[in-house]
Amino acid sequence: MTTGIGGNSAPSTVPPLTAPGHGNGLLDVFRSRYLLNLLVQKELKVRYRGSVLGILWSYVKPGMQFVVFYIALGVFLGLEQSPTNRSGMPNYAIYLFSGIALINFFTEALGNAARSVVGNSGLIQKIYLPRQLFPVASVWVSAVHFLPQVVILAFVCLLNGWHPTISQVAVAVAAFIMVALLATGLGLFFGAVNVYFRDAENFVDMLLLVATWASPVLYSWEMVHNKLGPAWFAVYQVNPLSVAVEAFHLAFWYPTTAETVAMVPNLLSVWAPVGMAISLLVLFLGQMVFRRLEGRFAQEL
Amino acid sequence: MTTNSIEICGISKKFVLRHTRSLKEAFVWIMKGRKGDLSKKFYALNDITLDVAMGESVALLGLNGSGKSTLLKHISGVMLPDTGTVSTRGRVAGLIEVGAGFHPDLSGRDNVYLNGAILGMSKEQIDAAFDSIVAFSEIEEFIDTEVKFYSSGMYLRLAFSVAVHTDPDVFLIDEILAVGDEPFQKKCLAKIKELHAAGKTLIVVSHDLDVVAKVCDRGILMESGHAVMDAPVDEVIARLRS
Repeated sequence: MTTGIGGNSAPSTVPPLTAPGHGNGLLDVFRSRYLLNLLVQKELKVRYRGSVLGILWSYVKPGMQFVVFYIALGVFLGLEQSPTNRSGMPNYAIYLFSGIALINFFTEALGNAARSVVGNSGLIQKIYLPRQLFPVASVWVSAVHFLPQVVILAFVCLLNGWHPTISQVAVAVAAFIMVALLATGLGLFFGAVNVYFRDAENFVDMLLLVATWASPVLYSWEMVHNKLGPAWFAVYQVNPLSVAVEAFHLAFWYPTTAETVAMVPNLLSVWAPVGMAISLLVLFLGQMVFRRLEGRFAQEL
Repeated sequence: MTTNSIEICGISKKFVLRHTRSLKEAFVWIMKGRKGDLSKKFYALNDITLDVAMGESVALLGLNGSGKSTLLKHISGVMLPDTGTVSTRGRVAGLIEVGAGFHPDLSGRDNVYLNGAILGMSKEQIDAAFDSIVAFSEIEEFIDTEVKFYSSGMYLRLAFSVAVHTDPDVFLIDEILAVGDEPFQKKCLAKIKELHAAGKTLIVVSHDLDVVAKVCDRGILMESGHAVMDAPVDEVIARLRS
């Protein structure tokens, strides 16, 4: 039935003996990118099976969240600048949406990545494949949901007088990469720990609740700076999410304003490289922990 | 001539029967000075040494819980031994459990691609083998139906068909010979024999001794984690039946 089955004699090139089950970590994920691709497609097809709105849910939910926050914080609590409220922020809606889109990407990516290993226990117990694929696929799926939101954001910004420059786009891309690396690193870590202690996924839920408020998504960085002072503000800035959100503001929101608002000092010269380094460090540590723990996945699940 | 396909050298595997499942209990245990046994352990594999030559077909026999499937999982790399080493030559693919990689909400076609990729095939390989996979499974008209609507027999056929088309160097088969109806079983057996004739290494776990006798040359009897007998398959079966 199959073609190309050789004879009984040993083939001329005998592959070497290798130890099964010892992967090369994320390098294996790159090698099996076709499988990664299929896993992502599967996830996208399966996520909203049997629902009428389908993938639109990925936009309805953040859209609703945006409206709630905008009315509560922008209008009622007066963060939006208006003729009667001069102290608010200009174009608060864009400010809010650019932050929410990025944070939702992180929230979805990490939340799903942390559950991905346990969620695919059936496969992991039966067949050897690079297990890093599952957290990475979760982050990838979230990125697919995230990109159309960026398109909407960019469109709204264009309507509000944004003239994108290459450097602004580069800043936005860097912020996205920073968040993706951080989510992958934390996803690998919590995904692996979750196999041993199911507390991990609940801990992640809690962490994600904090994440939305621990970076300047809903409020302006100046409020934090004024309350905390420069020293504690530096601690606040060590969180790569804060830096990434500020970078998104710089890329999308800032150009739509009169550009008189103060942005975080040294954002691109100091904090962006620091944030990127921390994200890479987290990825490295997450990967290390994952590799340390993955040997016993099959028996612990 | 006797190039080894699998070399297993003194592997042992201890399983932990864990009583705790939460951080809290582990924390309390550590705080109490690690008194008492947090966990019970037993040997699933105990000092197993085994060489399998290329092209050999080996049956792992034994009662439930004797460690056959665990040994298979060590060969496939799903589990790593506590001590000792396992080495394999070439690509190992397992029919450890038929359809482990299938998703009920995807169509048969999508599942063929997904499962093929999980078993280590590239897109080109699956494209090339696709028609053959579908033909072998005999479910042509349902290939674009979601597999949740398949009967269990159809499901197993497709899964088995994908697995036998992965064309590995070492083929692990765990209790899947009881697939489908009589004619399809015969077809599967014929396929497995064909793989054997083509020089593939086969490791078969099955309780169906008649099938094993037909497919395998060598038998290994496992008993509570030990390999207690390694002989031609007929002798092992005779001992098992006695």
